[in-house]
Amino acid sequence: MAGVLKTSPAGAAAARNGRRSGRGRKTLVRLVLVRLAASAGVLWGAVTVTFVLLQVMPGSTADVLLARSAVGPEVRAAIIAEYGLDDPLPLQYLTYLGRIVRGEFGESYVLRRPVWDEIAAQLPGTLLLVATTLLATAVAAVVHGVVSANRRAWVRSLFASAESLVVALPPFWLGLLLLTVFSFTLHWFPAIGSSSPAGLVLPTAALAAGPAAVVAGVLREGLLRAMDEPFVVTARARGIGEAALRLRHVLRHALLPVTTLLGWIAGSLIGGAVIIEIVFSRQGIGRLALSAVANKDMPMVIAVVLVTAVAFVLVTIAVDILTWVIDPRTRDAGR
Amino acid sequence: MPRSLWPWTAVLVVLAVMAAVPSLFTGIDPDAADLNAPLHPPSAEHWLGTDQNGRDLYARIVYGARPSLLIGTGAVLLALAAGVVIGVAAAQLGRVADQVLSRSLDVVLSVPGLLLVFLVVAVLGPGSGTAAVGLAVVSMPGFARVARSEVIRLRSAQYVEAAHGFGWSRAQVVARHVLPNAAGPVLALATVSLGAMIVASSSLSFVGLGPRPPTAEWGAMLSDSREFLALAWWPAVFPGVAITVAVLAVTFVGQHLNRRVEGRLS
Repeated sequence: MAGVLKTSPAGAAAARNGRRSGRGRKTLVRLVLVRLAASAGVLWGAVTVTFVLLQVMPGSTADVLLARSAVGPEVRAAIIAEYGLDDPLPLQYLTYLGRIVRGEFGESYVLRRPVWDEIAAQLPGTLLLVATTLLATAVAAVVHGVVSANRRAWVRSLFASAESLVVALPPFWLGLLLLTVFSFTLHWFPAIGSSSPAGLVLPTAALAAGPAAVVAGVLREGLLRAMDEPFVVTARARGIGEAALRLRHVLRHALLPVTTLLGWIAGSLIGGAVIIEIVFSRQGIGRLALSAVANKDMPMVIAVVLVTAVAFVLVTIAVDILTWVIDPRTRDAGR
Repeated sequence: MPRSLWPWTAVLVVLAVMAAVPSLFTGIDPDAADLNAPLHPPSAEHWLGTDQNGRDLYARIVYGARPSLLIGTGAVLLALAAGVVIGVAAAQLGRVADQVLSRSLDVVLSVPGLLLVFLVVAVLGPGSGTAAVGLAVVSMPGFARVARSEVIRLRSAQYVEAAHGFGWSRAQVVARHVLPNAAGPVLALATVSLGAMIVASSSLSFVGLGPRPPTAEWGAMLSDSREFLALAWWPAVFPGVAITVAVLAVTFVGQHLNRRVEGRLS
């Protein structure tokens, strides 16, 4: 955090020149390029790890890819030709790398379908859940954070205790409780396996509760700290109302660490959604991944891992850009 | 220790004893199925009711403490050990080693945690040990990063430079001076991670990637309860209460220990 808050001559200059200055744009392009290059390296590492795993798993690589599905010898021969499994290892690696770069994740011999078709069919459901959760997290955290940023210590500690409790709740259990109360007892929401918008409410709530509590806590700290800043006195001296002061000046100031945190949460939600999808029997990457693991369907497992890694990395870059836009102080070229 | 923490410390002690000697808390066999009493609500005979096979839920929660808490604890210990070794190596073995290890950690961090665990389970097959290893792989980079930055910070400390001046070998200095002083932040991370690891391990059991049935495990019990939600609320409630209380106790006591360590350091 110290790096984020550091003001440097370069950052100050960029701030003075404003968001649209030539210098600022150049730094943003630089930031994006550097981050893209680093991410490409990381993803190459991830692909390499999956290649190594395929090699070290017991049984021949063809058997591993087949997950012991019963196939004819001609399919087996096709796999060996496709992956170049008779070639020396370095060549096999290059073949593998080339396939992944072209997005050829192969076929799931368990499902008898191209891996990519299956993922493309399941991904939108998961992304929709992640998006609604992120929105719910942000809204709930801002409302809760602003309301609880109270100067009385006992009010703050009451909210903090509630947040600790919510964070300790396993999301999948919260999902079960919500199902028991709102679906099976009150019948307000469809039970499980629903793809209607109403069916999205409970999974979103179960997934958003924990992150919202964490973000609200951070936001409250930031709000209280920002309330002590000199600009608050200035704004008050200009005769601004308390609500306007909080919403227009203090909140904006406190939102920066929250943006970083939300980005991190967006990444981790991809994993969290997996469990929640299973609780609510929703279509999505989660159930796909789980059944692939249960069947040792390695082409599918590897594809899901790599696709989510790409999503994760893209989210991280997006957050960096967002931080750059929101806070001129972070535009320190040396960072 | 502040008075408000006493109940949580007591909870931790009770959970530890429960995990070690479950028979102290109940005489009922957690695996004894009574097919005449499936899904009985809480009563004098079955304090927390019975599950779909007529097994006593209280006994299963008591016996479930060991697997439920051990996987998360094991994962933290594994991650701690591996992370410290990697972190110290990155800090001590020169620029190339540092680059290779640090970029490898980035690779591990680029995959969403749960899916990385799935990958480990797909390779090693499901089970308690695999779950612990998978969770350890996911949380290891955090420990490695903290250990690395602590070692680098301490490298310029005067007593470390003095020890080098006395002609001590690098390994001696690391073992005698650097590690003991780097322990605080690393252990702080361990206590913070423990609660999250307990939740994560129960999540794995919930989706069937934890200990094999009929092992009583809190996450697995909640998974069983799913099919009977419309009939019985108690199997879906009590194991979750156990997880939440355990996580809260670990978190509150851990936070207190961290504050004390920080206070001593500053």
